[in-house]
Amino acid sequence: MSNNGVVVSESNTPVPEGVHLPIYMDNHATTPLDPRVLEAMMPYFTTVFGNAASRNHSYGWEAEKAVEKSREQIAKLIGATAKEIIFTSGATESNNLALKGIAEMYRERGNHIITQATEHKAVLDTCKKLEKQGFRVTYLPVQADGLIDLEDLKRAMDDKTILVSIMYANNEIGVIQPIAEIGKLCHEKGIIFHTDAVQAVGKITVDVQKDNIDVLSLSGHKIYGPKGVGALYVRRRNPRVQISEQINGGGHERGMRSGTLNVPGIVGLGAACEICSKEMEAEAKRERELRDYLRNKLETALDYTKVNGNMDHHLPGNLNMSFIYVEGESLLMGINDVAVSSGSACTSATLEPSYVLKSLGLGDDVAHSSIRFGLGRFNTKAEVDYVADKIIDVVRKLRELSPLYEMVKEGIDLSKIEWAAH
Amino acid sequence: MSYSDKVVDHYNHPRNVGTLDKSATEVGTGLVGAPECGDVMRLQIKVNPETQVIEDAKFKTFGCGSAIASSSLATEWVKGKTVEEALTISNTDIVKELSLPPVKIHCSVLAEDAIRAAIGDWKKKNNVVETAAATAAH
Repeated sequence: MSNNGVVVSESNTPVPEGVHLPIYMDNHATTPLDPRVLEAMMPYFTTVFGNAASRNHSYGWEAEKAVEKSREQIAKLIGATAKEIIFTSGATESNNLALKGIAEMYRERGNHIITQATEHKAVLDTCKKLEKQGFRVTYLPVQADGLIDLEDLKRAMDDKTILVSIMYANNEIGVIQPIAEIGKLCHEKGIIFHTDAVQAVGKITVDVQKDNIDVLSLSGHKIYGPKGVGALYVRRRNPRVQISEQINGGGHERGMRSGTLNVPGIVGLGAACEICSKEMEAEAKRERELRDYLRNKLETALDYTKVNGNMDHHLPGNLNMSFIYVEGESLLMGINDVAVSSGSACTSATLEPSYVLKSLGLGDDVAHSSIRFGLGRFNTKAEVDYVADKIIDVVRKLRELSPLYEMVKEGIDLSKIEWAAH
Repeated sequence: MSYSDKVVDHYNHPRNVGTLDKSATEVGTGLVGAPECGDVMRLQIKVNPETQVIEDAKFKTFGCGSAIASSSLATEWVKGKTVEEALTISNTDIVKELSLPPVKIHCSVLAEDAIRAAIGDWKKKNNVVETAAATAAH
C-alpha cells in the first residue's frame, strides 16, 4: 500500500504508547541533533556571525572566542589539549587530511602504510589513491570476531612503515580494536598512529594519552551534533606530528587546513562533545542494557540467528545480527517503519554483500541476512520492544517463504547442494 | 529503494506459497539461484498428464522483495497455461508487470529460469522431448 510514496507494510504489531513511527535506530549512519546543541548554535547563525579570522573587531573576536571554547570542549572529551584540535568539514576530510598529509610529510622516511580490511571507505579509498602515488599499503585481515591480530600488525611493520591507521570502533559490527596496544607498538617503532574514532568518541572513553594515539578523526553528526563539521586531533608532543596541508588558502588552523571556519557548526560540535563528556558513562550503560535486551528478545524468539562481531569489545549501542535464511533487504521491506540497515546489498550492481561482514569470513548468505541496529540517545525501551516484535513477526513470515529454511528444517545440508549460481 | 505497488502487494500477499510433492510424476521442481547471490527461488508446477496444462504452482523464495514478487507473479502466470505456453513467459514481461528498476532485472531473469527449470524437470520425469522454445538462450 502506498502512501505519498512511502510504503506502509501490513503488520499486526501494535504501536505502544509514546512510540512515534518511523522509529530511528540507525545511529551509526547519523544522529539527530540534540536540542541543547541546536540552542548553543543558534546565536552564531545570526547575531554573532563574525569571521573567526577577523582580527580587527569584536565580531571576529566573539566568533574566535566561540571557536576556542569548542576546541577546549573537544580536547577535554578525548584527553587532548585545545591546540591539538584542527577543524574540518567532517571525518571523511579528517581521514583524508591525516593519511595524505602524513604520507606526504614523511615520504622521505618511508612509503609504507598499514591499515585494516574493515576500515571505512574514507580510509580505504584514500589508501588506494596513495597506492597509485607509489605508497605501499598493507591491509590487515581481521579474525572471525572482527579484531585484528597484533602479531599480524607486528609482522607487517618494517623500516619503511611511516603510518598505521586502525579504526577505533567499527561502524557496522561495533567491534572495538585494542587501540592502546596498537599505539604502544607503533610508538616502540617510531611509527605514527592514526585512528578513525568516529564511532567511538562520545560513546566510550577515548583518551589519546592512555591510548597512545597520535592522530584521531572525529565527526559532529555521529554524536548528536551538526553534519558537515568534524575535527582532527594532531599530537604536538612526544612525538610532534606534522601534517602537510591538503587545502591551501589563508593558512588557517596552524597552516594545516585553510578555509573560513564554520563557526555555528564548530560551536555545535563543541556543545555535542561537552554533553557526551557529562553523560557518556550513564548513557553507555543505558544503551548496553537496551542492546542486550533487544538481542535477548530476538534470540529467544527466533532460531538460526547469529550475532556478528566480538561482543566483549563492542560499542554499547551496536547490534549486528544475521537472521539466517531470510534476505536482509526483504526483511527491511517488512519493517519499513523502522530505520535500520542491512549488510545485504541486493541493490548494488555487484550483488556483493557488506565487505566488513565478508572480512569476518561470514558466508555470503549469512552476510545477506544481516541487520545493523544502532541504538542511540533518543531510543526508548518501548521502541526496542516494538522493533523486536516487528522483526520477529517479519522474520517468521519470510521464513515461511524461504526454501532454505524449509530444507534446513528437513535436515538437508545446504552446503552439499550444487547451486546453479546465476 | 522504492517499490512499485505491485511488488509491495506480492510481498505482503504472496500467491501460491508452499511445497508440492517433489517425487510425484506430475510435479516439476525448479531450484535456481544461490544463497551467495542473496537469491534462491524454488518454483514447482503440477501438470495434468492428459492436457499438459499446469493445474497448480507453488513457490518459495529467499531473496529481496522484487525476487519474492517475481516468483509469486510467475506462479500466477503459469497456472492454467500449457507447458509450452508457460515457456513463452519472458523476464521482460515480469519486469514490465512489476515495474522493476534496472538493478532488479536479475530477479525477473531468475523467475524465468525457475519456470524453465521446473518445466525441464517435469519433462525429464515424463520423457517429454525438449522443444526449441525450452532450450532457447535468453
